[in-house]
Amino acid sequence: MATAAPMIGASIKRKEDGRFITGRGKYTDDINLAGQVHAAFVRSPYGSAKVNGIDASAALAMPGVHAVYTGADLKAAGVNPIPPGWLHAGIQIGDRYPMAVGTARFVGEPVAVVVADSAALARDAADAIVVDYDELPAVTDGPTALSAGAPQVHANATGNVAFNWQLGDADGTDAAIKGAKTVVRQHLINQRLIPNAIEPRACVAHHDSANDELTLYVTSQNPHVHRLIMGAFVLGIPEQRFRVVAPDVGGGFGSKIFIYPEEVVACWVSKAIGKPVKWTATRSESFLSDSHGRVHDTDVEMAFDGNGRIVGLRVNTVANVGAYFTLFAPAVPTYLYGTLLSGQYDIPVIHVKVTAVYTNTVPVDAYRGAGRPEATYALERTLDVAAGQLGVDPAELRRRNFIAPTKFPYQTAVALQYDSGNYEPALDRALTMVNYAQLRKDQAAARAQGRYIGIGLSAYIEACGLAPSHVVGSLGAQAGLYESGTIRVHPTGKVTVLTGSHSHGQGHETTFSQIVAHELGCSVDDVDVVHGDTSKIPFGMGTYGSRSGAVGGSALFLSLQKVKEKGRLIAAHQLEAAAADVDFADGKYFVKGSPSRSKSFGDVALAAYLAHNIPSDMEPGLDSTTFFNPGNFVYPFGTHVAVVEVDADTGHVTVQRYVAVDDFGNVINPMIVDGQLHGGIAQGVAQALWEGGVYDSNGQLLTGSMMNYALPKAEFLPMFETDRTVTPSPVNPLGVKGAGEAGTIASTAAAANAVIDALSPFGITHLDMPLTPATIWGAIQQAKGGK
Amino acid sequence: MYPAQFQYHRATSVQHALDLMAQHGDDAKVLAGGHSLLPVMKLRFATPAHLIDIGRVSGLSGISESGGTIVIGATTRHADVASSALIKAKAPLLAEVAGHIGDPLIRNMGTIGGSVAHADPSADLPAAMMALGATMELTGKGGSRQVSADQFFVDVFQTALGSTELLTAIRIPASSGACAYEKNPDPASGYAIVGIAVQLTTSGGKVSSARVAMTGLGPKPMRLAAVEAALAAGADAASAAAKAADGIAFIDDARGNASYKANLARVYTKRAIARAMK
Repeated sequence: MATAAPMIGASIKRKEDGRFITGRGKYTDDINLAGQVHAAFVRSPYGSAKVNGIDASAALAMPGVHAVYTGADLKAAGVNPIPPGWLHAGIQIGDRYPMAVGTARFVGEPVAVVVADSAALARDAADAIVVDYDELPAVTDGPTALSAGAPQVHANATGNVAFNWQLGDADGTDAAIKGAKTVVRQHLINQRLIPNAIEPRACVAHHDSANDELTLYVTSQNPHVHRLIMGAFVLGIPEQRFRVVAPDVGGGFGSKIFIYPEEVVACWVSKAIGKPVKWTATRSESFLSDSHGRVHDTDVEMAFDGNGRIVGLRVNTVANVGAYFTLFAPAVPTYLYGTLLSGQYDIPVIHVKVTAVYTNTVPVDAYRGAGRPEATYALERTLDVAAGQLGVDPAELRRRNFIAPTKFPYQTAVALQYDSGNYEPALDRALTMVNYAQLRKDQAAARAQGRYIGIGLSAYIEACGLAPSHVVGSLGAQAGLYESGTIRVHPTGKVTVLTGSHSHGQGHETTFSQIVAHELGCSVDDVDVVHGDTSKIPFGMGTYGSRSGAVGGSALFLSLQKVKEKGRLIAAHQLEAAAADVDFADGKYFVKGSPSRSKSFGDVALAAYLAHNIPSDMEPGLDSTTFFNPGNFVYPFGTHVAVVEVDADTGHVTVQRYVAVDDFGNVINPMIVDGQLHGGIAQGVAQALWEGGVYDSNGQLLTGSMMNYALPKAEFLPMFETDRTVTPSPVNPLGVKGAGEAGTIASTAAAANAVIDALSPFGITHLDMPLTPATIWGAIQQAKGGK
Repeated sequence: MYPAQFQYHRATSVQHALDLMAQHGDDAKVLAGGHSLLPVMKLRFATPAHLIDIGRVSGLSGISESGGTIVIGATTRHADVASSALIKAKAPLLAEVAGHIGDPLIRNMGTIGGSVAHADPSADLPAAMMALGATMELTGKGGSRQVSADQFFVDVFQTALGSTELLTAIRIPASSGACAYEKNPDPASGYAIVGIAVQLTTSGGKVSSARVAMTGLGPKPMRLAAVEAALAAGADAASAAAKAADGIAFIDDARGNASYKANLARVYTKRAIARAMK
């Protein structure tokens, strides 16, 4: 009997790509409902302003304009503020109504909405609405917002402090730093990033008055979360009458996790006027209103003994959260950041203090990596500064401080317990691939010729597969972080997968089909995956935090085991064998030792639905649902190495090589994982070298378009050289870890370290990102002048 | 992205276009390839009430040679300029620069006249026009006049074109392969932070005269007279390029401070001259 090639581990082409690359995907903006009207928003042009009054008479007089509503209208109708989904002790929440009520707090905040027969007309009408503002002083920078006399963003957040949070042993860390041989101190700015998914946000809301049912099509990474928060907390709609559909979604990077004002308004207006309401963001609106990422201002103190061993770490961070908290915002600079500050290192005491501060900018929330890139950058950048100060090679300094493989499970000083890990093989493999020793020689030779090559390492760890519900609940999460997965076997043996995960580019239709095909011995083409529709799938938590494979995939795996077991009982019954004597392989149940006595999976599926000949105590049918709630996060790790050359005449950086060695545990589709890694590396390198969102002190976004916000382009980057080590995760039955964010988490520090390494002959030890040619050239001139 | 409402007019001839321009005055904009105008209309930075499309006016596009002068119709696409055998042979600098503009989609739609008339201070073509000594043919009701590239570019997005004149053709004297365009593209927009176009005239292996023009670092493209004079006097690339920032008041902005810009001017001038001399 031929054994089918295992589908877990196979680099098959993505099933969904056919429709995507031929323009046949069905995105939210492709949905048009009979009688729909289009919404356009009037947005605040000021960083901070009192809204005195809104004159919509000219707009309402335009033929084809149906209605104009303001923030006050919605509040009066009982629409509640959009709440964050994670709370901390002492948190001061500045209410975010869907449209500004009285005060607008950032440029781009919705102030009024107009609905009209066409999108173009709605835009014209919005431009005809006159808002009477009093501009108020604004503050956009975190540390400035904390300074005395700074403009106050919310009355209830004194001094603009949204919350103070700390983790670890303050006294122990003080003592370790005081007693250390060397203390390395570094101030770091992790700049603002603007997500830019290829598909802008969009929604179509339809209230059916006959049954009082609301349907919302929306660009969401987590439709059930959207339904729960919008229905139960914001709009007051019974969940059973509220359907949220996230169809094909073109990228998110976290920005489509959150519940946004525009979709709340569209739902409310649809009911108010009795028509479907559609809205699609322009790219300009994306820049101005999608939640941004990062924006940390951090001081790191890393203390060493005489052998280059870290004896303590203190981190103080001011996290700029923007004008309001969106869904994950309180968790990102805290539990997704402070808990990761041990990295791959055996650090006996750590203390981290975070001050979250309101400013007059777009809300800041999870962006690919969410907290973990910030932690990795703080650690890995400071380690390179330390290597220079201590006169130790950066690779050696990391190796010296790795957690020994014998110490797992390892309890960090910042709450997490790492289940597994073995860090030296990944470092060694990366150094071998890049030919580190030779590269250092080449670097020295190049310097002698006036060429500046730099080598940057980043040894990262991330906690992902977001996860343990009881843990996150105890830490302030207002939801669990399990995932649902249903296997529905049809009478013909074909399979429909219903998953609470949501693909917005990750390739779940392929990956999840591979899990099914692997387990049932069928073809991936016999499996279809349904996601993103709350009326079809069981309650699920959606996709973010590199969780879909580890949590959603595992839910499916467990459902498959239940299906296979029921099938085994049916097969045993029909084969007149004891269940214990029946095995399953390659899509067939057979009696051990006599493989010709067999039933195909399809035969068994049909039997389950015919129910003519199944065990008498068995229910007909063949399907199963599992809510998988893992016991811990998963911990991918690895070492990345960037090699750059800096043109000292212009400050221009060329990325020459990029080597990534990662441990994602078992890998379901290596090609998809490589693709996620490649995209992540590009995004992370882009933070180091090109991207930076900039507000002026009045709250105007200076980088509000792709003309001045530099997203990475393929031509900026070399071919990536990747490899993997495999340490299966013990916390899920597939042994997989998350791979969606690792590239972003690792690569920013690797690229930044490489540039600073290249500049070390000038005595430069740190520059804040993005490391633009102007910044680099200026630093070189300053260094030359200072000599 | 929806532009404000406008009325679309398809001109059938140059005369028709001029009539429409006269009729609608400042309320009208001329549309050629649309790759500069339409984006700013979608952002509603520009809200012309009338668009006069000259894209299908016959006789406005094409490349020919007449008595040592290359004549390029205003609606000739960048891709056609970049790939023209005649341009490659007789104005290789222009072929190189046209091949640097935007990306293939833009080069397949954008036109040489549209780009030059738009006069974006970071566009590539204006520097080439100056380095090549191009002449713009401006056609109005009373006929055509010829304006040199040096006189054509006036300020940010401003040219010598009158409000009822159409740029109809560009004339370029045939030139040699002793040329180069060195560009430092902005990583976001792809526009030139700095672009230096160099056209040398050589005799007996020596530079007899030089035209060097810079785009990107000021409100309009400019000739680098001190550099040209140094080259004509026999200076090498390094010493000529050292004068690239002489007498220019650069300003500090998001792309860098004045001293960085002056440095870029010198570095890219040196690179362009060195390559042109090869």
